[in-house]
Amino acid sequence: MSDTVELGESRVDRDEGGDAARADGLTKIYGQGDTEVVALDSVSVAFRRGEFTAIMGPSGSGKSTLMHCMAGLDSVSRGRVSIGDVDLTTLGDKQLTRLRRDAVGFVFQAFNLVPTLTARENITLPTDIAGRKPDRAWLDTVIETVGLGDRLGHRPSELSGGQQQRVACARALASRPQIIFADEPTGNLDSRSGAEILAFLRRSVDEMGQTVVMVTHDPGAAAYADRVLFLADGRIVDEMRSPTAETVLEELKRLDTLSRGA
Amino acid sequence: MLRAVVRSLLAHKLRLVLSGVAVVLGVAFVAGSLVFTDTLGRTFDDLFASISADVTVTKKTSYDTGLFTSAAPGTEQGVPTSLLPRIRRVDGVADAIGDVQTQGVYLVGRDGKAVGGQGAPGIGINFSTANPELSSLTLEQGHRPHGPDQVAVDTKTAGKADLTVGQRRRVLTPSGARTVRVVGIFKFGKTGGLAGASLVAFDTASAQRLLGASDRFSSISIEAADGVSADTLKRRVLAAIPGAYEAKTKQQLTKESSDDLQQGLRFFDVFLLVFAGIALVVGSFLILNTFSMLVAQRSRELALLRALGASRRQVRRSVLAEAVVVGVLGSTAGLALGFGLAALLRALFGSFGLELDGPLVFSVRTVVWSYAVGVVVTTVAAYLPARRASRVPPVAAMRDDVALPERSLRIRAALGTLLVLGGAAALGLGAAGAGSGSQSASLVGAGAALLLFGAVALSPVLSRPVLAVLAGWLPRVFGTVGRLAHENARRNPRRTAATASALMIGLALVTSMSVLGASTTASIDKLLDRVLGADFVIANQVQGPFSPKVAQQARQVPGVASVAEQRFGQAKVGSSTVFLSAIDPAFVSQAIKLDFVAGSAQGLRGHGLLVDSSVADAKHWRLGDTVTVTFPFGGTEHLRIGGIYKPNQAMGTYNISLRTFERAGFAEQDNFLYVTARDGAHLAQVKAGLKKVTAAYPIVALKDQTEFKDQQKSQVQQFLFLVYALLVLSVLIAVLGIVNTLALSVIERTHEIGLLRAVGMARRQLRRMIRLESVVIAVYGALLGAVLGLAFGVTLQHALAGQGIEVLRVPAVQLVVFLVLAALAGVLAALWPARRAARLDVLRAITTE
Repeated sequence: MSDTVELGESRVDRDEGGDAARADGLTKIYGQGDTEVVALDSVSVAFRRGEFTAIMGPSGSGKSTLMHCMAGLDSVSRGRVSIGDVDLTTLGDKQLTRLRRDAVGFVFQAFNLVPTLTARENITLPTDIAGRKPDRAWLDTVIETVGLGDRLGHRPSELSGGQQQRVACARALASRPQIIFADEPTGNLDSRSGAEILAFLRRSVDEMGQTVVMVTHDPGAAAYADRVLFLADGRIVDEMRSPTAETVLEELKRLDTLSRGA
Repeated sequence: MLRAVVRSLLAHKLRLVLSGVAVVLGVAFVAGSLVFTDTLGRTFDDLFASISADVTVTKKTSYDTGLFTSAAPGTEQGVPTSLLPRIRRVDGVADAIGDVQTQGVYLVGRDGKAVGGQGAPGIGINFSTANPELSSLTLEQGHRPHGPDQVAVDTKTAGKADLTVGQRRRVLTPSGARTVRVVGIFKFGKTGGLAGASLVAFDTASAQRLLGASDRFSSISIEAADGVSADTLKRRVLAAIPGAYEAKTKQQLTKESSDDLQQGLRFFDVFLLVFAGIALVVGSFLILNTFSMLVAQRSRELALLRALGASRRQVRRSVLAEAVVVGVLGSTAGLALGFGLAALLRALFGSFGLELDGPLVFSVRTVVWSYAVGVVVTTVAAYLPARRASRVPPVAAMRDDVALPERSLRIRAALGTLLVLGGAAALGLGAAGAGSGSQSASLVGAGAALLLFGAVALSPVLSRPVLAVLAGWLPRVFGTVGRLAHENARRNPRRTAATASALMIGLALVTSMSVLGASTTASIDKLLDRVLGADFVIANQVQGPFSPKVAQQARQVPGVASVAEQRFGQAKVGSSTVFLSAIDPAFVSQAIKLDFVAGSAQGLRGHGLLVDSSVADAKHWRLGDTVTVTFPFGGTEHLRIGGIYKPNQAMGTYNISLRTFERAGFAEQDNFLYVTARDGAHLAQVKAGLKKVTAAYPIVALKDQTEFKDQQKSQVQQFLFLVYALLVLSVLIAVLGIVNTLALSVIERTHEIGLLRAVGMARRQLRRMIRLESVVIAVYGALLGAVLGLAFGVTLQHALAGQGIEVLRVPAVQLVVFLVLAALAGVLAALWPARRAARLDVLRAITTE
């Protein structure tokens, strides 16, 4: 039995551009009848290879749902979601699991690490689960970039919050996924540790050609991205390229007044 | 605060059920044991309540012979028929009849086997009156038997043998088999229950012929005239009969019988309650473990309560209140389950011949104990975690990863080591045979208990190094899944140990029993090889002795050199009642080879007595000493010790000559015949000849040496089977404990499992991870248990070496099977928790609290 999912042209040269993941008419509806809630309303979006995208929006705007659907963690009501050339909506649980393992990297807000494993074991967890040998050289590069050299043998409980998130980032990178999803990765951190994580994600895009999608509340965090998508009521309402903290904040304020005015 | 408790309970129904399961099982075992013993007691009480006669006259015995050792009434016992007219003439007697009763009478069923002959007594009686004041028998169909070819049977036996009035059946009696017609079916007592015994009734003359004495009754039953009290009548009857006979009122007789019974049943009570105790200890671990985990999981909720201003006491109380609710609910369910368990036990004992009739007895005692045990154990088990929970700092509510303070294992290690050392010392003393056999056995028992508790205390300390060896290979074989399983089993030594402890206790007992069983069987083999000189043994297939005619005829078989008869009885030596065996001195040396320490088999002649050295040592008797023996039917003899031999299970401890036995008034009936063939005789021919003799007596069976050994061994196996059946329940509780722990672990690790799934672990891998963890815990418990059980078994064998269990045999294959079964139990235990974990919604696992 093959342990890898056929992802078409599985390892695409990242400098070439094109889409790492895309959604077409993605709709997500929770509940039925009277209790029906439309979390995502026919969203179409593409994430280009080697690009760092931030998703922003008020609570309940659907930004987390969008990320979960894109990452194969949640089912889709209507529309199409694909990572590389693979249409997620046609996959069963087994194939989705393999896809997450081989083609997607995750950084959550908390509970990122398995407490019984050391930092190094956590980093290699997806490749270990797949039963593959990690790419030594790549692994060393990742670890070096994260800067955890001397803490690799420690358990998560012996690491600070910032260190834990760095391990999580390293794990996400280690399997060379097609795309990394980060769900408020700095939400639980002080500003210095947060800045380190964001700088690290930025570098992974710039130096390693990684594709990163990050959900965040923080305009300062969004400023690290190449572009920012703004969501409201399950729809993409705006998009901004080369954001700064100020322009993002301005835009948020504008959207806020718009929605109140409406 | 109360509302918070109720809400918390309702909000976590699964948690409630899981913690309740532990209580339910523990209580079920206690309740089941109590219901069963009550039902057992009631069955026998019913038997005695069936005594109808106001006054009963019997031959006086020199001491109370007890219910279970009643000697078959023979020529010298019983009451002469001439007493009956004398008693009838006594003023105040309304009616009187002679009763005849003899053991070893069975009806043959359609399958050719004795009905109820699997251990329960078959009793032959006379059915001479329809007067309900004198007889416990009520005719239901047909008529009373008349003449030698007619019998009536009790309703239970008729039911079992599918009998109807008019059928012809064979009847087995001590003196042979006969074909009779069933002319009546009667009910015994009020319920018809006989505890598995069967009754075959004849007319008085035929019943007396079975007894071998036409001028005797077993007893005389008397009905008092209106207005005459039983006591008055008893006094008048006593005045009218010779001093060798005694009269007892219904009240006296009932009381004596049930006193005897209580003595006899105390064994059962203790036996079952020991198992209930084991189940309870195992159950307590489960409850303690479960509550520890629950409190750990709730520590955030409790910290929040603390932050909102709840005092430590309130937090403690809320946990305890939850425990009480769980205890009460669990006890109620346990009580119901215990009922089912008692029904199961009844079926189990029924298959051994002890039948309990009527509905199960549900006494107040059962209810009180069940609730007391369930609620108290649960509360105590919850108290420790409750105390720890109350120490959770309020600030913990604000943190994500709340952990209860882990205490150091140092105190446990010290205490455990102390207990283990104490236990080992007691075991050593017991094995060395300090004190008498029973003393060293109880030393071993106490040592085993200490060692068990010590092991329980130590097992968290041991778990890390042992698991490192036991599960260290998992990562190599199963990769990350194996590594995670290994780490999960190690991450909380206390929890792993507590879960494993339950299985450890069960396995320790099972293992020690199997070592003891194997050693006993091997010892029987060795002993019989050494001492059994006889080529064949003839013994009763059912309870009770048989006619000496068998021996006479066996002697006529060509090729037979000698037939040694062995008879059993009882007597009083000093203040204690002892078991007597009577055997002919001329044959004893041929039938059974004895190692004489002093004297010889010839010392049995005349007024001789042979005792084994354990008795002689205990009583400080030497060859030539005179021992005063009181026989049940009046006689007292001064017997001279003519031989002292090494303990030998085939012989018993006190042996007298057949002559002395007959003089003492015991029935002339044999219990065993040891047949020795002539040198050079063709054994197969001798066997065929003997077969012809025994064919006429279906209640006896001919066994050659191998068959005899197998039969002796199968008795050990039967007892082991019973013990295993009871221990299975404690193992079951242990397995459910693993299910419980794993299920709670899965809930506790929701986030972690969600994360593993998110980063790409397949459901199959997740299930395997939990299964491996379960197997590791199960095998750890089983291994500790097997090691302990081995130690217990070996010491028990050493302690009992003097009692005849002289060979040590470790059933290695069986032990391996136990370990494999434990691993399988681990797989089974993981089924449900693993499914649950695999089904977890990834998204909810990583996003919700």
